[in-house]
Amino acid sequence: MDMSQYLEVFIDESKEHLQTINEQLLELEKNPDDVSIVNEIFRSAHTLKGMSATMGFEDLANLTHQMENVLDAIRNGKIAVTPELLDVIFRAVDDLEAMVVSIAEGGDGKRDVTAVVAQLKQIEKGEVVVAPQKSNAIQEQTYDEFEYTILKQSAEQGFYSYEVSVKLRSDCLLKAARVFMIFEVIEQIGEVIKSVPSVEMLEAEQFDDQFVVTVVTKVSQDELQKRIMKVSEVEEVNVRPVDLHKSENTVEQKEEQKKEQKEETKTVEQTVDKKQETQEEKQTGKQVSNKTIRVNIERLDILMNLFEELVIDRGRLEQISRELNNPELHETVERMSRISGDLQNIILNMRMVPVETVFNRFPRMVRQLARDLGKKINLEIIGAETELDRTVIDEIGDPLVHLLRNAIDHGIETPDVRRAKGKPEEGTVKLKAYHSGNHVFIEIEDDGAGISREKVLKKAISKGIISEQNAANLTDKQVYELIFASGFSTADKVSDISGRGVGLDVVKNTIESLGGSVSIDSEEGVGSIFSIQLPLTLSIISVMLVEIQKEKYAIPLSSIIETAIVKKEHILHAHNQKVIDFRGKVVPLLFLKDIFEVPVVKEEDDFLSVVMVRKGEKMAGLVVDAFIGQQEVVLKSLGNYLTSVFAISGATILGDGQVALIIDCNALIK
Amino acid sequence: MAELKVIVFQLKDEEYAIPVQQVRSIEKIQHITRVPRVPKYVKGVINLRGVVTPIIDLRMRFGLEEAAFSDHTRVIIVALDDMEVGFIVDAANDVVDISTEAIEPPPEVVDTTTAEYINGVVKIGKRLFILLNLEKVLKTEKG
Repeated sequence: MDMSQYLEVFIDESKEHLQTINEQLLELEKNPDDVSIVNEIFRSAHTLKGMSATMGFEDLANLTHQMENVLDAIRNGKIAVTPELLDVIFRAVDDLEAMVVSIAEGGDGKRDVTAVVAQLKQIEKGEVVVAPQKSNAIQEQTYDEFEYTILKQSAEQGFYSYEVSVKLRSDCLLKAARVFMIFEVIEQIGEVIKSVPSVEMLEAEQFDDQFVVTVVTKVSQDELQKRIMKVSEVEEVNVRPVDLHKSENTVEQKEEQKKEQKEETKTVEQTVDKKQETQEEKQTGKQVSNKTIRVNIERLDILMNLFEELVIDRGRLEQISRELNNPELHETVERMSRISGDLQNIILNMRMVPVETVFNRFPRMVRQLARDLGKKINLEIIGAETELDRTVIDEIGDPLVHLLRNAIDHGIETPDVRRAKGKPEEGTVKLKAYHSGNHVFIEIEDDGAGISREKVLKKAISKGIISEQNAANLTDKQVYELIFASGFSTADKVSDISGRGVGLDVVKNTIESLGGSVSIDSEEGVGSIFSIQLPLTLSIISVMLVEIQKEKYAIPLSSIIETAIVKKEHILHAHNQKVIDFRGKVVPLLFLKDIFEVPVVKEEDDFLSVVMVRKGEKMAGLVVDAFIGQQEVVLKSLGNYLTSVFAISGATILGDGQVALIIDCNALIK
Repeated sequence: MAELKVIVFQLKDEEYAIPVQQVRSIEKIQHITRVPRVPKYVKGVINLRGVVTPIIDLRMRFGLEEAAFSDHTRVIIVALDDMEVGFIVDAANDVVDISTEAIEPPPEVVDTTTAEYINGVVKIGKRLFILLNLEKVLKTEKG
């Protein structure tokens, strides 16, 4: 069973339970005899154990189990609560927290807990635990690969590397300031490679009175020591050369661990990437704490709705301020517009979901399909962390399934065909998502047979989608577009996998209804790329408001090329269709007042206002009566009663409270 | 005895009733944005507190002659499943409790267009209420 979808909930809840345990443990320290507190801790620990066992995090479950045993003994009065005992439990909780953090960062949640487990077991048996003595000895410095390389290179260039342990006087008041001074001294003569505790912690005075820095310098051991001793309130400075050989060993060990991990997760490249990332993060010692709260999606929807109301009022305010022409009002409204623009970004960001949620079901599907078809396919997923609005995510799954199936069924050849063509037996399907501007692109690329121009044309002609005369004039791109026409299937055999030729036109329609577009690039024998362009969000769009007689309509900016004023006598006639010559291109004119059966109240002018729109390569001129202007509007549906209104994709509420319909240009251009 | 609370409204010279559970609100007439290429009885859409709501002229839906809007004209917003639609009626008169036992099957001689939208009739005193079947009223004729 795939648990990944519960992972987030698990992490959040684990953190909550650990928080409870911590709080209650502190309570318990104050009231060691209060059994109800022990019960509270026990409950949280028990839940945590159950959850982690279900999720397959054995170490977490193990440790919690031991902790639970101890708590049970306390509850039954077998063991008394002592500070020593609490110390051990606190340490166990620390370990638990570390594991949960590791899981949250994409790690496996494994951790060596044998020491703590042993201590817990001892307690359970009634033995007194002696807390391990804090060693005063200076810890051995260990270096990661990066630091080690620097040390080695410095040595090659004639620098010395020293580990300098500095002890400040215990009565030192401004420890951070002293640290700063010491660092400044060192930096005059060399460079600090590493410090324990980290520089951040030193600056925050989060250390006792001792710290160790690794320094690369050209000065001698003695001189370094003397220079640092000059800083006041330093009690002791200990300088010793770095043993590079010993460090080498630790680095090698680490590399080996890395390799093992790589092999384990080779199948899903992405997880490896993530793990490496987290490992790197760990090595540099940076702790990225990610504080999140869970919010019901409904609340976010409500927030979005309220904000949409605000956008409507903003539009109204802008209109009033324009009419009144008061500079102060103007300024205020402008400021408000800017702020609400920022707010809009934040709210939209909150609704963003990584496409991962859609992508993660594909590897399994592809494997199954490949097996069914007797093909060898490697699915590569790139950019699964790319984020999209939740509403788009909900809709995009099915079209992607369709396109993937298409790539696997029609694109990738069977192993013997591939061998004959000199390609590797295993075909590759790449699923790639990335942001660009205000859009998200999702590409499905295969290294299969590509699209055969002749085959597509033959089919299209036989199905009556195009005529033979037209066929010769089409560009390759236009030919590929044909496979999106309804009633088209290029596979010689009809198969269960990618349907019976009803597939791709549905894909195209779905994507277009989301305000996106699909395009194909292909080379015969080499492969094809299906590229989907999607808007980041569906709910707020930029439109151009136009007037048709007394009615107002909105045209999405995304489909507008430009606007033009055309003289009536420049209208030409071709095949019963009014056209104009627009920058050397013949563009058909669509009179919206006829298409939308707008009641005529005004006489026509000698000039026509035309909005040039496009759908892919095709263009059309929409004839309106006046341009009102550009505006950000909130897209609203017409409700479930009016489901399919011709050439209307939705509605919006204008500044004056009236409803304006949004024109679906894709439906107007055939 | 089961009671049913209904909203009573007027169309021409007959009184119709809709159970209150199906009524969201009653609104005065406001600006209606015409929607092109929809059945004639769909007057358009209105902005109902931020929700774009389609409006049906019930007179036209029932094949009665159109009437000009007056001060009494109301829009009754009804909800059925996940649909919200407004009905333009001549006037919204009353809220009445009726007992379910008083509901009689629709009389056979009612004019034919309305007949199919009727759940039954209720007679209280001298008044006769026609109980509307919302599902049938809202079913769009395709094509």
